[in-house]
Amino acid sequence: MPKGAFAESGADLQLVGIKKRFPGFTAIEQLDLTIPAGSFFALLGPSGCGKTTTLRLVAGLEEPTEGSILIGGRDVTKTKPFQRPVNTVFQSYALFPHMTILENVAFGLRRRKIADPVAKAHEALRLVELDHLAARRPASLSGGQQQRVALARAVVNRPALLLLDEPLGALDLKLRRQMQLELKSIQTEVGLTFVHVTHDQEEAMTMADTVAVMNKGSIEQMGAPEVLYELPATVFVANFLGQSNLFVGPVQETGGDTIGVEITGRRLTVPTSRAQRQSGVVTVGVRPEKLTLHASEEAIAPGSNILGPGRVTDVSFSGVSTQYLVHIPGAGTVVVFAQNMSAGPTATLGSEVWVAWDAVHTFVLADDPPADGKFDDDTDTQMIATQARERLLTELEEA
Amino acid sequence: MALAAFSTATPPQQDQEPAQRRRSGIALVLLLPGVLYLVLFFLTPLVSLIITSFQAPVLDGDIGQYQAAFRWENYTEAIGEYWPQIIRSFVYAIIATAAALLISYPLAYFIGVKVRKYPLLQNLLMTLVIAPFFISFLLRTLAWKQLLSDDSWFTSSLKAISILPPDAHVTGTAFSVIFGLTYNFIPFMTLPLYSTLERLDVRYLEAGNDLYANAFTTFRKITLPLSLPGIVSGTLLTFIPAAGDYINASQDFLGGADTSMIGNVIESNFLVLQNYPTAAAMSVVLMAVILVIVGLYVRRSGTEDLL
Repeated sequence: MPKGAFAESGADLQLVGIKKRFPGFTAIEQLDLTIPAGSFFALLGPSGCGKTTTLRLVAGLEEPTEGSILIGGRDVTKTKPFQRPVNTVFQSYALFPHMTILENVAFGLRRRKIADPVAKAHEALRLVELDHLAARRPASLSGGQQQRVALARAVVNRPALLLLDEPLGALDLKLRRQMQLELKSIQTEVGLTFVHVTHDQEEAMTMADTVAVMNKGSIEQMGAPEVLYELPATVFVANFLGQSNLFVGPVQETGGDTIGVEITGRRLTVPTSRAQRQSGVVTVGVRPEKLTLHASEEAIAPGSNILGPGRVTDVSFSGVSTQYLVHIPGAGTVVVFAQNMSAGPTATLGSEVWVAWDAVHTFVLADDPPADGKFDDDTDTQMIATQARERLLTELEEA
Repeated sequence: MALAAFSTATPPQQDQEPAQRRRSGIALVLLLPGVLYLVLFFLTPLVSLIITSFQAPVLDGDIGQYQAAFRWENYTEAIGEYWPQIIRSFVYAIIATAAALLISYPLAYFIGVKVRKYPLLQNLLMTLVIAPFFISFLLRTLAWKQLLSDDSWFTSSLKAISILPPDAHVTGTAFSVIFGLTYNFIPFMTLPLYSTLERLDVRYLEAGNDLYANAFTTFRKITLPLSLPGIVSGTLLTFIPAAGDYINASQDFLGGADTSMIGNVIESNFLVLQNYPTAAAMSVVLMAVILVIVGLYVRRSGTEDLL
């Protein structure tokens, strides 16, 4: 990176055929990725999916086993981290404990011999509203303040590419929301390319223009948050990005604007444009908030997809909405989010109900349906969380 | 690990609960043996040493007979006579400390940071650093005397390949004394350095690298300041005993007639000349100079402006 000058604007990032093996395991199987300049890109995935490794490869803190990394068209695969026009906001913040906040922020500017580093550092601290703490040491700041200093320390360098490694992980919910908004506005203001690594799907969706969902070392699906949510391609994406009700059945009818899939003897219609696979056995899905509960089949509007009857096995109230679990023989347990539009529950525990939704909300996944009709445990968000917890507990016990 | 004894970290702050007065009572009782020990074995000899340093010879008495007095000329005479040895002591000690630091820092960095992933190797290497302690200090120094002596294979091979002129001596020179001091105090330098570097968070180094600092700048701006506590305690643990050392500089070991240090002066005054007041005065001078140097050094390094 040239000394004494800022990057003109954000640069695009290209990862070509990246593979990363560590002794004993492969962190990244095969990764090809292009992130356009000036975008806010989120890399979303569960822990251990290779997203942090990807970030470290881009920053130059790890070397890829295979493949190349291009920033703004220039191959930087073989260059050292300090030679790359990239700055990272580390998960641990990594603020230098022996320097003041001001010196921390001015560090990168001084290394690159940028004119007037102190004034620019103050300016960056004002951007994160911490200029009044410039003379303090990092240890005397709260987690949220340290996070903002880490952000200022990276942003002040105007890198072509800013990497954020779960920087909001340690913050409480309220501060998190506030920082999400601040990050987004800083990105728009300075026009840098942001690459944000997170395991929080809500964070990825609210902040990013483009989200790539990563699992087991490769990207499952990439696109705008709305597209990913509306039309997930794989079981993993359907369950990691929000929740989904998934059913497996054979395609019975094709041609025209819709296809028909048979589930538990009923015919579900899917718009052809939303069917990413149109023959054989497919996985049909619908989001829980699209579903409505009905006490009788007759009341349901024509043109809806219907499943049932089933029995309500669980009702949990969460303020804005109520979550119902409905067991439908042959289709498994269906999750329904009902907005609490009127007082009183829509259905009571144990009552017999039909589940219906507008056919346009149905989607068909692109990946192969599971052979036995059952979905792997590790594709369910809750299961991932439980497994992560168990792993942590065994680790703690071993230690 | 026993190495934690060399740790320079501030001890965890004890939680002070005013309700539990009894605990502070117990603390006092537990402190008592330590306090008694210090009074008996540190304060008493120190007072006795200072009193001795002002004693005057008994008129018409035997050699080695002195009486209580306030003869401050003991100091001026001692300094007047032995100032070359005083200066030599501190010059040798400073050079040896610097050499030990230069050798120990990379060693401690390698063991504490580079092989961190392999704890077994790390422990093995630290054992090797401490291994010399299993053999007596005197024996090891004598071994070096043999190795460096005029007719040893080591010296003769150096002469054979013309690194040393044929009539050169190694033992008895300033070089061999400083060499001996450096060699003997390297573990004292390595241990505290290792204990700070072992805790060095490499994520700071990654952050430095990410913020456009190359390896050298990262070392100068981040690694070095963060390992400063280890450097301070290591240099003190080396410098203080090295300045008062009398084994290495002794003519029986690695020293010669013109390499004697304060320790040798004190030894000969006490044991040979039986000039106790001068020996005591020299001890007090040694202690005072070390206190001043260490005090200045610690104050200076306590500020981040040192670097």
